[in-house]
Amino acid sequence: MILDGKFGKYGGAFVPELLIPALEELEKAFLKYREDKKFNEELEYYLREFAGRPTPLYHAENLSEKLGCKIYFKREDLLHTGAHKINNTLGQGLLAKYMGKLRLIAETGAGQHGIATAVIGSLLQIPTEVYMGSEDVERQKLNVFRMELSGAKVIPVSNGSRTLKDAINDAFRDWVSSADTTHYLIGSTMGPHPYPTMVKHFQKVIGRETREDILKKEGKLPDAVIACVGGGSNALGIFSAFVDDEEVELIGAEGGGEGLKAKHGATISAGTEGVLHGSLSFVLQDDHGQIAEAHSISAGLDYPGVGPEHAFLSSEGRAKYYPVTNEEAIRGFKLLSQYEGILPALESSHAVGMAEKYAKENKGKTIVVNLSGRGDKDVDILAKLMEVKL
Amino acid sequence: MRIETYEDAFNRVKARNEGAFIPFTVAGDPDFETSLKIVKIFVENGADALEIGFPFSDPVADGPTVQLANTRALDAGMTVEKGFQFIKKVREFTDIPVGVLTYYNLIYKMGIDEFYEKAKLNGANAILAADLPPEEANDALHSAKRYGVQQIFMAAQSTSNQRLDEILKLCSGFLYVVAVMGITGARNELKDSTIELIERIKCHSKIPVAVGFGISKQDHVSNVINAGADGAIVASAILNIITENLHNKEEMLQKIGKFCRELKGVTKVIR
Repeated sequence: MILDGKFGKYGGAFVPELLIPALEELEKAFLKYREDKKFNEELEYYLREFAGRPTPLYHAENLSEKLGCKIYFKREDLLHTGAHKINNTLGQGLLAKYMGKLRLIAETGAGQHGIATAVIGSLLQIPTEVYMGSEDVERQKLNVFRMELSGAKVIPVSNGSRTLKDAINDAFRDWVSSADTTHYLIGSTMGPHPYPTMVKHFQKVIGRETREDILKKEGKLPDAVIACVGGGSNALGIFSAFVDDEEVELIGAEGGGEGLKAKHGATISAGTEGVLHGSLSFVLQDDHGQIAEAHSISAGLDYPGVGPEHAFLSSEGRAKYYPVTNEEAIRGFKLLSQYEGILPALESSHAVGMAEKYAKENKGKTIVVNLSGRGDKDVDILAKLMEVKL
Repeated sequence: MRIETYEDAFNRVKARNEGAFIPFTVAGDPDFETSLKIVKIFVENGADALEIGFPFSDPVADGPTVQLANTRALDAGMTVEKGFQFIKKVREFTDIPVGVLTYYNLIYKMGIDEFYEKAKLNGANAILAADLPPEEANDALHSAKRYGVQQIFMAAQSTSNQRLDEILKLCSGFLYVVAVMGITGARNELKDSTIELIERIKCHSKIPVAVGFGISKQDHVSNVINAGADGAIVASAILNIITENLHNKEEMLQKIGKFCRELKGVTKVIR
C-alpha cells in the first residue's frame, strides 16, 4: 500500500493475505480519483441534484431558549434516503464505477446503509447485494423490502450473533473471492485501510458546509460540535472541519444502552484496544479477546467496534466521547420533536441527548449538533416503548 | 522431550519420498478432552505435523465449518490460556511440529510478547494469525524472534511474485499456501489454478510449502503433493466429521482415524 492508514498507532490493515491486493487496488483508485476533476464534478453533481446537498444549518430557536444555549442543527436528515450515509455511498459507488466494478456488496445493521447502497446501485445501475444479520432481517422487515424495491438482493446471515458484525464478516468473506469484479462498499469510517480514510473523505462535505455556514451566521466558530458515534462516519465528517481549531470542543455521543454496567455500545467509553474487522481500535471484548455483543436502542450505534480515527482523537484528548443511554436518547428525540417539529433518528437522538447534558453545564455557548438522520424509521420502536398501539 | 522442528519434519518425510500430512482442528472442539483425543488420533494415524486453532468469535477468513467449530469450542469454555494448556497436553504424547492458527486480536489482547512466550513454554513451534499480513507483523516478528517461535505467513493466487519474495523474507517454518481465492471449507474439486500456484511458489520458496483451504479428499492431497507441495493441510473435511458425529464420540474418533490414514496413504510422491 502507498499509505499505512495509521492514526497514531490505530488503524492499519489487519486482513487475510487474500484481501491485500484488493485493498491495494482500492487505495490506488481512491488516491487517484479523489484528485480527478471529472470524478469530483460528477460526485458534486449527484450530491446536489440527487442527494439534495447542501443541507441547511438550522438555528433551533425554541430549543435554544429551552436549553439556554444557541443550538444549530446540521440537517443531514433532509438528504435523500434520510441520513448522511448517502454522501459515502455516492462517493464509493462512483469510485466503483470508475474502477469498472460490476457488482456492489455492503453490510447493514438496521438497513440504513443498505438502503443508501441499494439506491446508488439503482442510480448507477450496478447490481447490489446487501449482507444483513438474520436477526436484523427479522426486526427490520420494512427496510429489507425497501432495499428489494430498489433492486438490491438482501442476504440474511445466520452466523454468530446474526447481527451487524456477522454481516460484516460475511461481506468480507464474499469479497475474498469476488474482489476482481466486486466493490465492497463499507458504510462507516471503520474496517481496514483505506476505508477509514476514504469514508471520512466522502463525509467531509458535512464539515465543510457547516463551517462555512456557521461563520456566515455567527461570524465565529462554535464552542462545541456534537455528533453520535457508532462506527463514526457522521462524526468524523463534521469534526474534520474543526479538528485544527483547538478552541472548538468536539464531542462524540456513544450508544450508552442500558448503562455502562449493563448492555451498551459505548466502545471508546468502556471498551479496550483490539483488532476487529481489519483495524486496531477500541472494541468491546471479554478478558480473552472474544468480541462481545453491543447493545443500543439505535441499531446504528449497536456495534462492538469504532473507527480507528476516533480511538486516536480520544487518545490525544482532541475529542471527548461520552455514553448517552437509551433513556437519554429518547428524551433527546422527544425534545427535538416537541420543540422543533423535527423527528431525529434514534442514532442522532443520542447527539441531541448529549447536547442537553452539555447545555446544562455550559449556558450561553454556541453548539452545532450533527443531525445525521431522520426518525421516520424509528417510530415503530418508539411507539412500542411508549406502549402506543399503531 | 525434544521438539521436532519443521525443517526436521519435512526432511524426515521427504527422505521417504512423501509429502507431509498436516491435519487441523480447533482446540477445545467439541470439548477439551475430546479435542485432545482427536489430536491423539491424528498423531496415531499418520500426521506429520499439527495445526491447532485457537477459536475466535469473528473468524473472517473461515467458512461456516470452521466458524461452527470455533463456536462449539468457545461455548465449551475455550480460552487462549486453555489453548496453551492444550498444547502442553499434546506435547505429552508427540514431538512433531505444532503450529497455532488463530486471529490477531487474541494475541494482541493477551499481550504480544506474553503470547509468544507462552507459545514457546508450552511447546508450540509456530504461530499463524490469519488476519496479520507482513505489513502489520513487526511486533509479532520481534516477539517470535525473541522466544524462538516461527512466524508463518500466507500466500495466495493474488500474491504477486514481488510480494511473495517479501513474504518469504519474513516467513519461517513453512509457507502456508492458500489453495483457493476464498475462505476455508471442504470443496469437491481441486482447481488447475491451485496446481499452477504451487508450481509458481515452489520456484520462489526456499522453505517448505504447505497447501490448505479446500483440501478435503485423497486426490486433492495426492495432487498438491505431486505438484510439488511439501505438505497438505486438511481442516474442514475433518471438522465436518466432528460436526456429523457429535452424538457418538467413539464413532467420531474412529472415522477421523480412518480418514487420516486414507489421506496419509496418498502422500507418496509418484512423479
